[in-house]
Parts: sequence; C-alpha cells; structure tokens
Amino acid sequence: MSAPSYSIPGTATAAPNAASAPAAQADSSPAEAARTVAEVLQQTQVEAVLAELDSELVGLAPVKARIRDIAALLVIDKLRANMGLATQMPSLHMCFTGNPGTGKTTVALRMAQILHRLGFVRQGHVVSVTRDDLVGQFIGHTAPKTKEVLKKAMGGVLFIDEAYYLYKPENERDYGQEAIEILLQVMENHRDDLVVILAGYKDRMGTFFKSNPGMSSRIAHHIDFPDYAVDELLQIAEQMLKSQNYSMGAGLPELLRQYLERRITQPHFANARSVRNALDRARLRQASRLYADRNRVLTREDLSTLSPEDLRASRVFSSDSAS
Amino acid sequence: MMSNPTGRLTQGQFSFLPDLTDAEVTAQLRYGLAKGYAWSIEYTDDPHPRNTYWDMWGMPMFDLQDPAGVMMELSACRAAFPRHYIRLMAFDSTRGIESVAMSFIVNRPPQEEGFMIERQEVQGRSMRYTTRGYAAQKPEGQRY
Repeated sequence: MSAPSYSIPGTATAAPNAASAPAAQADSSPAEAARTVAEVLQQTQVEAVLAELDSELVGLAPVKARIRDIAALLVIDKLRANMGLATQMPSLHMCFTGNPGTGKTTVALRMAQILHRLGFVRQGHVVSVTRDDLVGQFIGHTAPKTKEVLKKAMGGVLFIDEAYYLYKPENERDYGQEAIEILLQVMENHRDDLVVILAGYKDRMGTFFKSNPGMSSRIAHHIDFPDYAVDELLQIAEQMLKSQNYSMGAGLPELLRQYLERRITQPHFANARSVRNALDRARLRQASRLYADRNRVLTREDLSTLSPEDLRASRVFSSDSAS
Repeated sequence: MMSNPTGRLTQGQFSFLPDLTDAEVTAQLRYGLAKGYAWSIEYTDDPHPRNTYWDMWGMPMFDLQDPAGVMMELSACRAAFPRHYIRLMAFDSTRGIESVAMSFIVNRPPQEEGFMIERQEVQGRSMRYTTRGYAAQKPEGQRY
C-alpha cells in the first residue's frame, strides 16, 4: 500500500482490542492477579451458572458433568493467563444423542446461554436449523444458503436438529453433502466464532458419523442423554406444574408415580414429553370437571389444583394395551 | 494532483486516515451491528471519485449478530481480488432512512497512481475541467 507522505498529527499506533479471552472482559480486576481457584470464582459468574444448572435441569448427569468440566477449564485458563501461559479456546462442538423427550433441544438452548455467561461465545444467541435450512433445491443454491445460516449463527450456537438427514447417499442428486463440506470447513476454521451442536437419535447419528469421519473428528463432545428415572420424571412434572401455576392435590403424587411406572413399560414412551402430555390431559379433565358445575364459585385453589381423579381417568390405568 | 498528493482514493469514511487494521475494521463492524445495520461488501478496480456503483460481493448480510461472519466474507473477497478496492457498506433499514449509513474502503491496490486534471477548451476559450485516473487508461482487470 502506498504510505502517505505526510503524517497526521496526534495519531499514535492503534492498539487493537485483542478479544483473545472474552471472559477477561467480563468483570476482571486488572490490578489483582488471581492465584487460587477461589479468587477467580469470586470474579466470575461460574458458580452462579453451575448452581442454576443444577436447580433447573433435572437429571442429565453426563451433561452437567461435561459443563462442569468446561467451567473448570475456564477458571484454570484464567489462572494460566495470569501466569503468562498460553490459553487456547477448546473445541466446543457437541453432539447430543438420546431418545425423544430427553431434553436435547432444551439443553442446546441453555448451552448457548451458559457458554455466553462463561465467556466462551461472544453473543450467546441460538440459530436452530434442520436440513431444509442448509440444503438448496438446485445447483449452486446450497453454498450461499449454508454460508448465510453460518454467518447468522457466528458469535453464538448453531443447533442442527436431526443432522443425519443431511447425508443421503442413496440419492446422487442430493446436495446434502455440499452442506456437510461447508459445515466441516467453517467448524474447523472458525472454532472461536461458532459452536455447532448436532442432535438426533443415537443409532442414526452413529451411522452418520461412520460415513462422515471428518464430522465425527471435529465434534469434541459426544454426549448421550439417558432416559429419565421415575423420580426424575416426577420432579420434572412438579416443575412443569409449578411454572404453570398448578399444584398437585392430595394423593396425586403417588398416583402419578404409579401412572409413570405403568406408562414407561408401554411403547412410544417419550420421557419428558409424555409427562407433559399426561399433565395436559389432566388439565383438560380438571377443566371439564369444573365446567360441569356452573353455579359454583371457584376459588384460586379450585382453579389451580389437579386432583387424583383427573389422572385416574387415563387409559393407562384402565387397560394394559398400547394407548 | 496537488490537491491529492498521495493519489489515494478518498471515498467514504476514514479515507484520509492510514489503512484500518483488521481489529479496527472488526470494531466498526461491531458498532454497525449494534445499531442494526446490514453490512455488504463491494469491490472495483475503476478509480474515480465519481464511481459510486461498485460490483457486489454477495448479498447484503442481514440478521447477523457478530462481525466474524462479515470478516469471513471479506477474507474471501480479498483472496479473490487482492489488488482491487474493496469497501464495506452498512445499510440502515429503519423506515424513513433505508439507505447506506456507513461506507469505508478496507482494501486498496498496492500502487495507487493517482489522478490528473483534464482540461477541455470549449467555444470562446472557456475551459471545462474533469478528473482522470492514470490507472483507468489500462483496460479493466489489468489495471493493478
């Protein structure tokens, strides 16, 4: 570049804001270099994030363990940076596998928030896509479409649901492979800018990774979401009802436990989603029950309490066949 | 030309300053995104102060949250046209404005030859003046 033959008075060399450790911009006290974990925890929000995680997500032990590891790495990286050691951002691309209703989408949405509060992603928004948002309909359509989605997701999390639909080897006119190539390239070169989370059923994701080893090697965290136990499902039910301003009447928790124990053995059990459906049906029955008596003055407790008869009417109790 | 001794094309913002570093460009991008602007990239090799319609590199990028996406496209444009002028433009889409709010050059050819003043004598020895760039005397694509 041709340098100007004059100099602009008053300019110093520009000091670029190195955004190397975004967490350092969060509340850092430059004068005090932390030397213990406790000092770092005082300065950051790590403990608050982990506590919220424990209270709001039920079960999901492998997920929580992994997030705790990532948070611990953040703390240790801060100490290393204070010592002048190199700190490289870890690869955060993840793959969530598990049965329906185990919380994959929920955790992916929370993950963006968590990573943002820990300082690993800059903006913390989630772009949730499926195959249709990445793959084009005609030649030359896929690359700009995929790149646009990726640019919108930078600074946050790209959540690809049912990722195995991208790969369709039996149809040679399918453009899914192009989308995969672009994804692989950006996942590698823009590791600091973007976190990609894939989600899907375990067996199909297994086949997908076997046929796309490049994708498998770029994903550092393969997390399996186990099915919930009955106690965890009960806890989830309580949380759902509380957030909708309902409470369980006398005898309902025990009945709900029996319901769940029976329902789990029946086919097409979708974990938390089945619980939500059951509670919705119970609400319908409560509404019908209250609707029948027109002249009764309904108190706050009447309107917000589900009683056991609302659940006992379920088919799960009356028959043993598939619902 | 004495009024532009370095021959730099002084179109857009920051054109009288030294070239912006990547970090400074990122800071400008972040400012524009915070105000809700849509960034787009344009390039040209035709230097003239009146040349305002440059060639587009991709569509304007709406709904972005982070400068990294724009920097990715800018690197691709620099790789394809390393010796052209490349500029970033921010489009403000609020109702009533709907026009370009920011525009600055981020890439320049290695040698900018500058401009000459061209004089034309019309009837009665009146003079008409215009600017001509030295680089524009070569055909497009072979100028830099």
